[in-house]
Amino acid sequence: MSDEIKKMIIEYVKKEYLDEDSDQEVKEDTKLISSGIVDSFSMVSLKTYLEKKFSIKLPDEDATPEAFDSVNNIIELIKKFGAKV
Amino acid sequence: MAYSSKAKDFYSGELQGMKDKGIFKEERYIQSPQAASIKVEYPKGAEPKQVLNFCANNYLGLSSHPDVVKAAHEALDSRGYGLSSVRFICGTQDIHNELEIKMSEFLGMEGTCLFPSCMEANAGLFDVVLTPEDAMISDRLVHASIVDGLKLCKAQMFNYKHNSMSHLEEKLQEAQSCRLRMIITDGVFSMDGDIAPLDKICDLADKYDAMVMVDDSHATGFIGKTGRGTHEYHNVMKRVDIITTTFGKGLGGATGGSVSGPKEIAEMCRQRARPYLFSNTMPPAVVAGSLKVLEILSKSTDRRDKLEKNTTYWRAGLTKAGFDLKQGDTPIVPVMLYNAKLAQDIARDLYHEGIYVTGFFFPVVAQGQARIRTQISAGHEMEHLDKALAAFTKIGQKYGILGLKKDEIIAKYGL
Repeated sequence: MSDEIKKMIIEYVKKEYLDEDSDQEVKEDTKLISSGIVDSFSMVSLKTYLEKKFSIKLPDEDATPEAFDSVNNIIELIKKFGAKV
Repeated sequence: MAYSSKAKDFYSGELQGMKDKGIFKEERYIQSPQAASIKVEYPKGAEPKQVLNFCANNYLGLSSHPDVVKAAHEALDSRGYGLSSVRFICGTQDIHNELEIKMSEFLGMEGTCLFPSCMEANAGLFDVVLTPEDAMISDRLVHASIVDGLKLCKAQMFNYKHNSMSHLEEKLQEAQSCRLRMIITDGVFSMDGDIAPLDKICDLADKYDAMVMVDDSHATGFIGKTGRGTHEYHNVMKRVDIITTTFGKGLGGATGGSVSGPKEIAEMCRQRARPYLFSNTMPPAVVAGSLKVLEILSKSTDRRDKLEKNTTYWRAGLTKAGFDLKQGDTPIVPVMLYNAKLAQDIARDLYHEGIYVTGFFFPVVAQGQARIRTQISAGHEMEHLDKALAAFTKIGQKYGILGLKKDEIIAKYGL
């Protein structure tokens, strides 16, 4: 199940944040924030997506750049707030 | 609590960390008025040097125009130095109202509200006109001041890939259940110098019933046939709803900003925008200078035309020399270097050649997008441009990057 969710988040990141012609690879441990794939502005839409998708609420104080910096980190974050992964 | 050694050590450590990472912003002291040619002390304590300025927002060369300076002097005499207050208490003069009227006329809008800066205009606007029932749908590359303004607003936030109309349309569809929708974009994007496709944005706005807001800070005064901005450039002057812009770039370069649009929006800003309510009024000298700038620009397009000619010449010269440029149609001409250290090294070497430019790198631009952002001015003469082209060519040869494309530069210098 967790692998499916990882894949889903990776697909979302690629579709939402990479240019159509980008050949950049996104894996579960790819740096998302510190590599510039997801900027701090776009983190807001990523947070909204996760909250809607998993019917959870991520408190702003926990939605840090570190917590969003890889798909692995995101999985840990959403698990902490009750997502079934 | 006193400023303890603990606090001192913390801040010193932070500053040292910035220096170690090479992201510390070192000031260079200009000892002359802002112009195409300036006298600069750099590094601090060094013998001042006369250099050609290729990184100012002085697009129309009006920062030190004698008529603008004279108008500012006269306002100092007739209206004083400052208002010592915010606008709504006792800080509005007749000339503030006059500037709002003239600015509305210039941009083709119903009303205008002045702010101390465009940063504050953007910080104030969104929270005033949008609520949690509404949607703000923003290009991802908008200016930092818009990002700050959006973060202060409680409306639902959507953003779309830079200038991607298909992605914007997806977001408009997602936002259809919201009460009001506002598409938010820069007119000219400051780092790449590209122009937002406002004609297509307005088509989508019509299709999905959305307002269009544009920050035209890098356009007002010189983009479009008569310099009205990107809405004129794209022939959508009556279809863009709200324009924020600055008096701090092309329009004289001092400070000040504005929100222009329907009269209700301008009035809502006067009633509720926090930076308007709690920041001091634009100084009278700046207001009078800005009025003079609008008068100059309304009489003739000579400066705007010269800027266009200079920009074409500059872009062609750099292309012929073999530099890798971001394509565009504005006086912002980024020379792409991709590697941050390379951008810094070339900027430093150009300074020694008498050319004043700045290297840009992450986090100001995305990782691997380091560059030197050159900016052209109507104040540049042909000999300035030729001297700078010669210097760029010399330094480009030194680093062996002329004729190289992105992959080749990255292969040579890394990211």
